[in-house]
Amino acid sequence: MNRAGALLLGLWSALAYGLLYAPVVVTVLFSFNAPRGRFNLVWQGFTLENWRHPFQDGALTAAFLTSLGLAVAAALLAVLLGGLMALALSRARVRGGRWIELLLALPLTNPEIVLATALLTLFVGLDLPRGPLTLLLSHSLFCLSYAALTLKARLAGFDPTLELAAQDLGAPPLEAFRRVTLPLLAPGLLAAMLLSFSLSFDDYVVSSFTAGETLTLPLYLAGAFQREISPQIQVLSTLVLLVSALVLVLASPPRRSPR
Amino acid sequence: MWLLGLYVLPLLGLVPLSLSEPLSRFGLDTVFTGRVANYSEVLQAYGPILLRSFSFAAIATAVGLVLAYPLAFAIRFRGGRWQPLLIGLVVLPSLSSFLVRAIAWTSLLGDNGPVLGLVESLGLTDGLNGLGVLRDGRLLNTPTAVIIGLTNTLLPFLVLPLVVAMQRIDPRLLEAAADLHAGPLRRFIRVVWPLSLPGLGAGLLLSLIPAAGDVVNPRFLGGPNDRMIANAIDNLLLVQLQAPRAAALTLVLTALITVAVGLQLRGRGLEELPLP
Repeated sequence: MNRAGALLLGLWSALAYGLLYAPVVVTVLFSFNAPRGRFNLVWQGFTLENWRHPFQDGALTAAFLTSLGLAVAAALLAVLLGGLMALALSRARVRGGRWIELLLALPLTNPEIVLATALLTLFVGLDLPRGPLTLLLSHSLFCLSYAALTLKARLAGFDPTLELAAQDLGAPPLEAFRRVTLPLLAPGLLAAMLLSFSLSFDDYVVSSFTAGETLTLPLYLAGAFQREISPQIQVLSTLVLLVSALVLVLASPPRRSPR
Repeated sequence: MWLLGLYVLPLLGLVPLSLSEPLSRFGLDTVFTGRVANYSEVLQAYGPILLRSFSFAAIATAVGLVLAYPLAFAIRFRGGRWQPLLIGLVVLPSLSSFLVRAIAWTSLLGDNGPVLGLVESLGLTDGLNGLGVLRDGRLLNTPTAVIIGLTNTLLPFLVLPLVVAMQRIDPRLLEAAADLHAGPLRRFIRVVWPLSLPGLGAGLLLSLIPAAGDVVNPRFLGGPNDRMIANAIDNLLLVQLQAPRAAALTLVLTALITVAVGLQLRGRGLEELPLP
């Protein structure tokens, strides 16, 4: 490629990154804004005040904590069940395994609104009051799909003879699983857990159908458009983004640079 | 395996529901009456919105692709040892909430926002008004705002599968092509492009469908006439309490998508679906 072409490609890529990062930059910037009125949407002036009181907005903080707890619980549940499913699908010759895989992919290939409608009508049909329990059930459900498929991919690249070797050396099956399979699976488990956590933490559509009176962070934010957009929203979002970036860096395995 | 039932059962449960009638105007209770007319009614009432949803999604995906393909190419062939970092940078924005990003777009695209300011100082306001990109000199509450928001959310889902597909291209193929006197353009057309097609297919699948079913962007960035299909289902179920029609509309959407996915995955395994 000649120089002009390379330059053009670089500029074009910068444009793509620009579109990706425009809202992120604005969010970070507005966490330092001193808004007039209730909506932190127009730039007025620089201040550090918001960062000195990140948890000042009580309702926002409560919703934030609810989402945090929900995401942890949903991720744990999804990875536990997803791990078992992945083991079953890749080890035992489950009858109709192919079909189960296809069903697992359904929540991935359908828009969330489909799952949301289906779940709400199910909960109404079962007379289950909408609240934390239905939230947890539905969140762990869509996380489960991602967790199971991630872990299955991980198990596919795993040599089952290692476990057999451990058993040949006298380890009981459970011990072999704990000492051999689990450590090898750990990075996959971690990845599935992080993915599930972020899916649940950010979920709006399914939550808006199944939350009842419970207010998660995205639900609170959706209401904020009508009520009040406090600068603490941008402060907490920036914090979340920083933590995510850190986790992303720590969780990405050191790769050898491809040629 | 039990939780799986939580997806399939209610999905199947939508079938009888879609053939029912509401018991009263004030609750979600329904009675099964085998009312097929629900389908023709929602198709008639929501056909235009369905069409709009898929055209918004298609436009956003097309715009996204114009940006994503060169970006993926640059990351793969020009990224060098920075490749993992560049990929990480593509993923990072999707870790911030859709809603926070919608709030940020509201600032950016608002009447006194920087984007309109730039458009004005370039003297483009009238031209863009004429093209229908702006509506009365405004950007917020227009289809354009919805499409910008959609493009932002779907971009990583286009870039990542493309990068993965391009990473699978053996550099020796390119060397061989060069040895056979293929110029850069010819190497691209004959080697890179065909080998990137699987990534392109996966990317289209992963971006078109969520975009067509998106709730947040049309609701918070679009005007009342820019609502998409998910907003319609949302409204039918939660505001109008018309559960049977909502179910019928949902099933129409699922059916359309399942056909599309089936066509895309035909002859290929599920393994081709790259996980985000």
